[in-house]
Amino acid sequence: MTISYALLGLLEEADRHGYDLKQSYDRRFGAIRPLRFGQVYRTLAQLQRDGLVAIAGVEAGAGPDRKRYSITAEGVTDLERWLSEPEDPQPQLQTVLFTKVMLALQSGRPAEAFLDHQRERHLAVMRELTMARRGASQSDSMLIDYQLFHIEADLRWIDHAARRLGTLAAELRR
Amino acid sequence: MSGGTPLLTGRGLHKRFGPTPALRGMDLHVDAGEVLAVMGPSGSGKSTLLHCLAGILTPDAGEVTFDGRRVDQLPDRERSRLRRTELGFVFQFGQLVPELPVLENVALPLLLAGRGRRAAVATAFEWLPRLGLDGLGQRLPGELSGGQGQRVAIARALIAGPRLVLADEPTGSLDSVAADDVMELLVTTARAEHVGVVMVTHEPRVAAYADRRVTVRDGRVVQPAAVP
Repeated sequence: MTISYALLGLLEEADRHGYDLKQSYDRRFGAIRPLRFGQVYRTLAQLQRDGLVAIAGVEAGAGPDRKRYSITAEGVTDLERWLSEPEDPQPQLQTVLFTKVMLALQSGRPAEAFLDHQRERHLAVMRELTMARRGASQSDSMLIDYQLFHIEADLRWIDHAARRLGTLAAELRR
Repeated sequence: MSGGTPLLTGRGLHKRFGPTPALRGMDLHVDAGEVLAVMGPSGSGKSTLLHCLAGILTPDAGEVTFDGRRVDQLPDRERSRLRRTELGFVFQFGQLVPELPVLENVALPLLLAGRGRRAAVATAFEWLPRLGLDGLGQRLPGELSGGQGQRVAIARALIAGPRLVLADEPTGSLDSVAADDVMELLVTTARAEHVGVVMVTHEPRVAAYADRRVTVRDGRVVQPAAVP
């Protein structure tokens, strides 16, 4: 989903070959997870079927990289719509942590120890990310900040939950 | 980082204010050149700990040792000498002298140490660019942003060549961008000067800059509960 729009955005800048698209994507968005060539060509094929990109030219030679892609007017409209729509927040990790806490409490396992260990893990990752950010480019450092703020939010929930384990356990026993 | 004797050790520290115990058997050590974060919720005893380590407060029981000397047993004069020569301080806010321009605030520890005014100010001038404070030497503290003020405090904490900086919520009053700048400068400048740092904070983002981290709760250092 996000990859399709990232590719559309890159094609809006300039017509590009598949290889060039992969390189540009990796440089700009792929610090953590670079694209595979298969993904690029699969996504381009889908975008072409949907009429959002078209082939601007085919050069002589062999291999999939002969084709140069461009964004269509529909593609631009779709990209604009996507950019202007707010996303629903996705509290995914929190639901895992929540489930673990509830299961631990229900089964009489030590929920506090789980939270303590989770806190340690979160803090350790924050430290690694903070060190990785030193000397990183401005855009990489923005991405790391995004992760840091999310981890921080998890930590707040962990501390919050730790202070309420007693009342939570009492409620579950009722 | 470790090995050998720690630079600063607190052992079995107790301190109460009236009926309220703030420290209840606190143990902690800092190695030379180490950046240590002391984390914990507000009211957990973090700041009291820092004040005992610095010899600002005397613990009711327990020992504080700095480089082999018992800080808690030193006479007042010796203690303030220790604070002037071996320690630097960064607080959350309100630490700069409001009537003095930045340059003189930074030079203050050297002036207190008896250095001549001209030499002290010249050294302070050299410190400004290291903390991104070029051109701000004549400003008064009231004319600085929060982040600039903290950077002035860091320069002042380091200028006299201490062996350890004690920082209490050094980014407590700053937004996240200014806080990152201040932490980056505090940690990198301290490392470049081979100065250790003990920073008290409740913010994980700040603690993430440290080499090591301890958590304080109810006046004690806590270990994470063991997983069975």
